[in-house]
Amino acid sequence: MYDFSYAKPGSLSEATAAMAAEGAQALSGGQTLTPTMKQRLAQPTTLVDLTGVAELRGISVADGVVEIKGATRHAEVAGSAEVQAAIPALADLAGRIGDPQVRNRGTIGGSVANNDPSACYPAAVLAMGATIMTSTRALSADAFFTGMYETALDEGEIVTGVKFPVPDAASWQKFVQPASRFSLVGVFLAKYGSDVRVGVTGASEGGVFRHQGLEQALSGSFDPSAVDGVAVSASGMIADLHGTPEYRAHLIKVMTKRAVQALK
Amino acid sequence: MAKDFTVGEGVKRREDVRFLTGRGNYTDDINRPNQLTCVFLRSPVAHGKITKLDIAAAAAAAGVVRIFTGDDIAAAGLGSVPCGWEITQTNGEKMVEPAHPILAHGKVRHVGDPIAAVLATSRDAAKDAIEKIDLEIEELPAVIDMKKALTQASTVHDEAADNVCFDWDFGDKAATDAAFANAAHVTTLELVNNRMVPNAMEPRAAIGEYEPTTEQHTLYTTSQNPHVIRLLMGAFVLSIPEHKLRVVAPDVGGGFGSKIFHYAEEAFVTWAAKQVGRPVKWTCERSESFISDAHGRDHVTTAELALDADGKFLGLRVDTLANMGAYLSTFAPAVPTYLHATLLAGQYTTPAIHARIRAMFTNTVWVDAYRGAGRPEATFLLERIVDKAARELKMDPAELRRKNFIPKDAFPYDTPVALTYDTGDYEATLAQGLAMADYANFETRRAESARRGKLRGIGLSCYIEACGIAPSALVGALGARAGLYEAATVRVNPTGSVSVFTGSHSHGQGHETTFAQVVAERLGIDQSAIEIIHGDTDRVPFGMGTYGSRSLAVGGSAIVKAVDKVIDKGKKIAAHLLEASADDIVFEDGQFKVAGTDKAKAFAEVSLAAYVPHQYPIEELEPGLEENAFYDPKNFTYPAGTHICEVEVDPDTGVVDVLGFWASDDFGNVVNPMIVEGQVHGGVVQGLGQAFIENCAYDENGQLPSGSYMDYAMPRADQFPRFSVETSPGSTPCTHNPLGVKGCGEAGAIGSPPALVNAVVDALKDYGVEHLDMPLTPRRVWSAIVAAKPAEAATQAASAPAAAPSASASPSGTGGLLSRLFGGKKN
Amino acid sequence: MPQVSMTVNGQAVSGEVEGRTLLVDFLRETLRLTGTHVGCDTSQCGACVVHLDGESVKACSVFALAAEGGQVTTIEGMASPDGSLSVLQQAFQDHHGLQCGFCTPGMIMSASDLLQKNPSPSEHEVREWLEGNLCRCTGYHNIVKAILAAAARMRGEPDPDFGGAIAAE
Repeated sequence: MYDFSYAKPGSLSEATAAMAAEGAQALSGGQTLTPTMKQRLAQPTTLVDLTGVAELRGISVADGVVEIKGATRHAEVAGSAEVQAAIPALADLAGRIGDPQVRNRGTIGGSVANNDPSACYPAAVLAMGATIMTSTRALSADAFFTGMYETALDEGEIVTGVKFPVPDAASWQKFVQPASRFSLVGVFLAKYGSDVRVGVTGASEGGVFRHQGLEQALSGSFDPSAVDGVAVSASGMIADLHGTPEYRAHLIKVMTKRAVQALK
Repeated sequence: MAKDFTVGEGVKRREDVRFLTGRGNYTDDINRPNQLTCVFLRSPVAHGKITKLDIAAAAAAAGVVRIFTGDDIAAAGLGSVPCGWEITQTNGEKMVEPAHPILAHGKVRHVGDPIAAVLATSRDAAKDAIEKIDLEIEELPAVIDMKKALTQASTVHDEAADNVCFDWDFGDKAATDAAFANAAHVTTLELVNNRMVPNAMEPRAAIGEYEPTTEQHTLYTTSQNPHVIRLLMGAFVLSIPEHKLRVVAPDVGGGFGSKIFHYAEEAFVTWAAKQVGRPVKWTCERSESFISDAHGRDHVTTAELALDADGKFLGLRVDTLANMGAYLSTFAPAVPTYLHATLLAGQYTTPAIHARIRAMFTNTVWVDAYRGAGRPEATFLLERIVDKAARELKMDPAELRRKNFIPKDAFPYDTPVALTYDTGDYEATLAQGLAMADYANFETRRAESARRGKLRGIGLSCYIEACGIAPSALVGALGARAGLYEAATVRVNPTGSVSVFTGSHSHGQGHETTFAQVVAERLGIDQSAIEIIHGDTDRVPFGMGTYGSRSLAVGGSAIVKAVDKVIDKGKKIAAHLLEASADDIVFEDGQFKVAGTDKAKAFAEVSLAAYVPHQYPIEELEPGLEENAFYDPKNFTYPAGTHICEVEVDPDTGVVDVLGFWASDDFGNVVNPMIVEGQVHGGVVQGLGQAFIENCAYDENGQLPSGSYMDYAMPRADQFPRFSVETSPGSTPCTHNPLGVKGCGEAGAIGSPPALVNAVVDALKDYGVEHLDMPLTPRRVWSAIVAAKPAEAATQAASAPAAAPSASASPSGTGGLLSRLFGGKKN
Repeated sequence: MPQVSMTVNGQAVSGEVEGRTLLVDFLRETLRLTGTHVGCDTSQCGACVVHLDGESVKACSVFALAAEGGQVTTIEGMASPDGSLSVLQQAFQDHHGLQCGFCTPGMIMSASDLLQKNPSPSEHEVREWLEGNLCRCTGYHNIVKAILAAAARMRGEPDPDFGGAIAAE
């Protein structure tokens, strides 16, 4: 990989200052960034390691909101009794990202900031209408994810945490891509009263998205059969070795149905 | 001295301690003083002309010591990377054998073809410099699809206008045609044996070193056969005589065939070390290995099976396109021919078989032996078509197989494809497999799955292999450019400890333990007194290496031969010491005894006398106790078994869940059952990986989308159940080697793929699915379900039996293997 | 060049690195602890797993500088000081949980993390935990068997019945 200078700030203000440098890039768990840099597909001049910033670590649950700080590792979320009690589907999601070693390093901030089209967290963030807290502002999930590997983050802006409004019920259904262990299709379904939100990752060329048709049908009738009548178009779905657009569209329905079944 | 273990016990592996404590010594663990790191610039395109290659800026980059290109290799007059096997075509002409330059010269022929080599003080420095190389390639249409390649205007090599390397046929065409003319039923199947990337966990690596004062070259390399590398590289590429070339293959992290072959990188670092006067080290990165290691399999076949009204096989016709890739690798031509067509009888009495094999050049990485090498391809097509025939005839697949088995009293048995099976008992093996899998109650389990909305299926595979390659005279006549014996030296040291030098190479097989068991048993001494040495041409006198499940059958036999020579000489020494006739000396439990008396000398007493020959028959016998042996097999060995796989298919997603896998195998005598079971487990997962997980797919432009672990799915622990592996009660010791062993390394990878595919096709029987090409990924299985015809399709009757079949010809000829292979063949 | 310091297998070590130097390269090339292996370049294979501050991580995906001040344990630090194998290492030998040995250090480091977190894993949990460790030789069967046996031994129980041959004493 290309060489760079490495900075490990001890506070958010130091981190923000370091990120102001030309070509600076935030490093959190590094489980996606490091392999990318090995392939020389990224060339930061400075890596700003956020894992030493105490303000960026931790989980709290209060007033119906689960807040996970940006540099909190997947294994910490998966193993958190508080998260397991408040949003068990979120703990389940975190506990099935990558593999144990990835989960011991990878963080939620890194996952949402990178917005890999097959990453798991973005589906939950979107489905629960979470708020992404950054070093400068708060962004709604619907506004945050703007396309494959694209977010509303500005240069130098750091994801400091994600606030999830606790749903009445939620389910995470991951159909794993057999090589990378990312989601070939992942569906996070969250239910607030009768309102149902469906976040889908892994499937679309546009990155993570909510499926309006499924949400409307399930908000009207929360039953697996409601999924049958919904048309999920293959248009715009990813075509690769592991799945055709049609297969991915089909899996969205299957995974959504399983999410509903899991909550019945 | 009491023996601390015997042959037949699961002795703990002595090599484990160093691997478990991080003290293994793999090639990349070795650093030589002042060494340079080599990184190759590889072709980003599949096919094209190099129109510009300017290295000036790169050569000036920090840390760069030297850059070599194909021009330098050509100017130095280095040889082509050689092919070790020559096929004579049906028309009598030799196969097309284009040059394989060490670095591409003028043209690139696959993604990954090395174009330039940067030698620098670090890997990062070399990689930084590579980006400064100004390379332009005028792309040519890529030749990828084998069927299209036959008529495509673009050619991989000018010498092969139709991209055919050879067109070869085998077996009795007239008899086979006659069998089909008389058939009551013909089953036809077109199938693909998918390309595999071997993926030994240790990536390849090589270090070249040169000592100018002695003109000694040393190559450290990840090889299954260092002496073969010394021969091929020294004699054909670099013109270095053996006494000036040392090849060391230290601990090697798995091979599976991919580390048999001589690779350009090995020759390059050996040569370059002399040019720059410093050691040169290259370590392959995983993604690089996808485009520079030999791949496996990749056959496209049409097969037809003729049966009589009772379901007896009358004839088999096979037409295969076999991918060679861009260049001919070391053993590539042998794989689809003599390791494939010769196995088409399987366990059956099929009297007439004919195969046509066309080997194709394509703009892909070369294809060569991969765990099983030809035999898995033969087994797959045979066990698939037999299963399809059973379905068409509405017969139980086990019953159809049983009906056609070679009976156990028919051995030695001559097949119509030139092999003489020495021994076997296929019925007993099948019976055990069926019992292990509770085959009789499968339908109950199927119904239980159906209640959960899942489709359950069971599949059989009855495989045979030809292992322990091979009689040298035979393979020489068939085109091998080397002998295929094995060598061993047994050195008894003065105090009675034993150093065994073997030409076999262990890269996971546990030879250090198994060979010590064999020697300890034979000499009646403690295993701790025995050291097994391998992997260094300066220490081991000679060797042909480890592949084709040959190490114990051939390498072990060579050791036994040398041990027996030691015992013979020991008897003469003991006779002198005991003042008896050598004819009266017997060797038992580590003692040389005068028969019928209590007079005896211990093994260590005799060895000491050999090295301190004060009281010694010096006029008749040389001092010392060290013997060499070369063992050249009389025949192949024929391991065989029944593998059964049970699966559940999720019709909503196409996911295949392997619920059970049972193996009953006949490997002849077993020295270490723990190691044998482990070999089967590993082979089974490699075979199942091929069958439903691993997907090496080139696109039409010759790019490899599955070119890293992000897209090439490797089997993982959570995709498999516990396996049940048993030795067949019908096991039959090999009749022609001193250990009675047959080899176990490849069986799992040979038996398992058809078992899984047969199981999935069985699960989908109500969908009218007759065949699916591997890998049976969820997407592929789901697509088949979606495309399936209504259930009626599955119940359409196979064509009704017509006329009674003519009497099938009995297999002809009982002559030697060599003459049989030549019978009806114009090689 | 930056300097990095950490504790590896109980010993304080330090060395010069570049920003881009990975922990695995620092271990292998600077410290010459070559038991930690590199089997891939995309963080899938797990041959490079070590413990960093008590947790298993892939040393190919951690920069050396990110381990500054950390506690690192590699395969070389797993046996007892007298050289005797740990319970887990011994179970791997007894149950033939390794063949070529290349993936073995990562398997041991990964499995030991599992067993410190979950002393009584089910077979299913062991198989799932090994998601990040590839082995091409064993078909995983004997690795799973060895880990379950090690867990049982650590609990003072006999090896569970898993079928198949085990090493004779």
